[in-house]
Amino acid sequence: MAKRTFSIGGVHPHDSKISRSCAIEPLAIPQTVYISVAQHIGAPAKPVVAVGDKVKVGEVLAEPGGFVSAFIHSSVSGTVKSIAPRADLAGNPQMTIEIAVEGDEWAEGIDTSDTLVTEIPEDGKQILEKIRLGGVVGLGGATFPTHVKLSPPPGSKCEMLIINGCECEPYLTSDFRTLLEKGEQVVVGAALIKQVLGGVPCTIGIEENKPEAIAHINEVIEKLKKVSPKYEGISVLSLKKRYPQGGEKQLIDAVMHRQVPSGGLPISVGAVVQNVATALAVYDAVQKNKPIVDNSVTVTGECFPAQANLLVRVGTPLRFIIDSLGGVPENAVKIISGGPMMGKAVANLDAATLKGTSALLFLTAEQTARKAPSACIRCGRCAEACPMGLEPFLLNRLWKAGDNEKLEANAVADCIECGCCLYSCPANIPLLDMIRMAKADVMKIIRARAAAAKAAAEATKK
Amino acid sequence: MDKLTVSPSPHIHAKVSTRSLMTDVVIALLPAVICSVVFYGWKELLILAVSVASCVLIEYVITRYMLKKPSTVGDMSAVVTGILLALNVPYTTPWWVVFIGAVFAVAVAKMTFGGLGQNIFNPAIAGRVFLLVSFPTVMTHWEQPQALFGVDAVTGPTPLGAIKEGLLNKVPVPDIMASKGYSYADMLFANLGGSAGEVCALALLAGFIYLCCRRVIKPWITLSIFVTVALTSLIFWGINPARFTGPLFNLLTGGLILGACFMATDYVTSPMSTWGGVIFGAGIGFLTVMIRYFGAYPEGVSFAILIMNAFVPLINMGFKQKKFGRA
Repeated sequence: MAKRTFSIGGVHPHDSKISRSCAIEPLAIPQTVYISVAQHIGAPAKPVVAVGDKVKVGEVLAEPGGFVSAFIHSSVSGTVKSIAPRADLAGNPQMTIEIAVEGDEWAEGIDTSDTLVTEIPEDGKQILEKIRLGGVVGLGGATFPTHVKLSPPPGSKCEMLIINGCECEPYLTSDFRTLLEKGEQVVVGAALIKQVLGGVPCTIGIEENKPEAIAHINEVIEKLKKVSPKYEGISVLSLKKRYPQGGEKQLIDAVMHRQVPSGGLPISVGAVVQNVATALAVYDAVQKNKPIVDNSVTVTGECFPAQANLLVRVGTPLRFIIDSLGGVPENAVKIISGGPMMGKAVANLDAATLKGTSALLFLTAEQTARKAPSACIRCGRCAEACPMGLEPFLLNRLWKAGDNEKLEANAVADCIECGCCLYSCPANIPLLDMIRMAKADVMKIIRARAAAAKAAAEATKK
Repeated sequence: MDKLTVSPSPHIHAKVSTRSLMTDVVIALLPAVICSVVFYGWKELLILAVSVASCVLIEYVITRYMLKKPSTVGDMSAVVTGILLALNVPYTTPWWVVFIGAVFAVAVAKMTFGGLGQNIFNPAIAGRVFLLVSFPTVMTHWEQPQALFGVDAVTGPTPLGAIKEGLLNKVPVPDIMASKGYSYADMLFANLGGSAGEVCALALLAGFIYLCCRRVIKPWITLSIFVTVALTSLIFWGINPARFTGPLFNLLTGGLILGACFMATDYVTSPMSTWGGVIFGAGIGFLTVMIRYFGAYPEGVSFAILIMNAFVPLINMGFKQKKFGRA
């Protein structure tokens, strides 16, 4: 049988996984960490510590600021120095808790041993609560609070849990290394999430360019099945290498052959997707009482001599990581937090890592410089590459014409900003740049309309 | 490193540009170019040189001195137009006629519409058709290729011209074929009269396969043209083989292969979607056979492509990719 993949669009950038043989190594703890309270999608967390407080590793620094929000824990032990806005990697001010590090003392109740805990608690609610208390968020990029995602709205039914091990972004290898080195923990984490969802089948999707990971996880599953029947129904699915397979909608399409309706949630087709790193975080939070205080970061790039996968404490300044590996290479012009397709360019090296920081990538001018755009030759490559079936060339034209109505009709709001259009355009037209702006405009209109409709409905009720 | 570059994602780009795509088309045309030079000699070389040079020069002059913009000749599209135009005229065409064709192709069909990407009609075909209606004698004066660097060229009609002429004199098709001694092997390996690009089917097909392998074009439009031409002529030929030519004859003669492989697949003037392309190709195939059977001209590929070019915006509206998660 042909290997599965998603049905529309996609591109095949060179995977450049040059750091694939670098085992995850813990990075030294810096003298000061800067922990942002906005590390997830949704409302920023509310600080519950004050300047001068002593904190230990794993103690709560901030509480959820709303339903869609998450706990923030201290990643170090030390003294809270300040709670004030600080520039993030783009230079935008974010409320940040600064902690001066003193020693490395962990909060009580956290199991820091390596002992594998394979027992799956029966009570899903209890697991969910521990996930919430552990500040677990989706580590695949979106950083959506995991406990919210695992509480499907009433009336919806989950049929399958998909663990996302695609890591389809070029250069990134932290999920790959996690699968190899912490495979057991990832599978236990998957079983825990599966338990919360009522024991649904679980598919771990891994792209074919990681055969070692596929083989290893298959072994782990076989081993764990002998330990407990809770591990029945977990399987690995090898997927064709194709970007953006790790996109939630694309992965569901690839695994289940179901398309999440436009504007709908994955649960509407019976799917819940969680990333490999998230499964590991779930394991830590539930089995070890260990909240997210660190995460693996790939530091890579052809121009960067020291490839590495590092276990980094949340809030570590980027400059500290880079300096520990020999500093910014001479010919690097751009540093990206994340992968080259969807990552964000770093403007401020004094910014600190977040829970969701997956990589620091160094690119040279030759690799990353945009070329001057020329005329559209109507080759249709952008439309062919778009995994959402959109027509980027058309959206670009409509945005220039300011035609919001047609932009909406042509589904600009469905854009997942994967970058395939701009990546594949032979005329170097900045398609995604334009589409992002168009999408923002149209989303504003859609939201205003929804708000107006809601207000009108309430007015008639009275 | 003093400063960090900050720009939105994606941060990498596929190694493809308009220039690289057009260069691939030029490479794909090389076998046919070499064949035509081998068959027709220095006269053909002169036509190629005049055509390419004038197309590039005209585009340069227009962009730099009339539009006062940076020149766009670097994208290589003018070179492609130049080669295609040269392959579309008889090698006996005077250089100044070729120049006029280039002016029409680039200045009128391409630049007045706004340059590459904006033109509705394929520039090379527009140029060829302009010459055909303006200089009918020159454009229908064929000399059969005679061995290498043909010295004793024999003037004669192309197979399609011969058929048209014969039918006007009420001679049945098989008799015309027999009297002219046409064989399909000759057609495939280039031994019959025609404009340079029509002479060697194999060289053209090799270029087409190269373009498909390099993923510069998709094969659907071309295949659709071939299938439609074959089916349409099979039906007519089946009904009356004395009046109508057969499928293989129609596939191998005239500019069909050149048109189907290199002109109908022009990005700018063909539909974007696969099914749009299939419809587009079917239209070209059908119209080509109809013009050959019932039209005043012996050859119909150019007109068929021009006519279907006009339908492209309409086809693009009708065949849209299904959007993800939408009905």
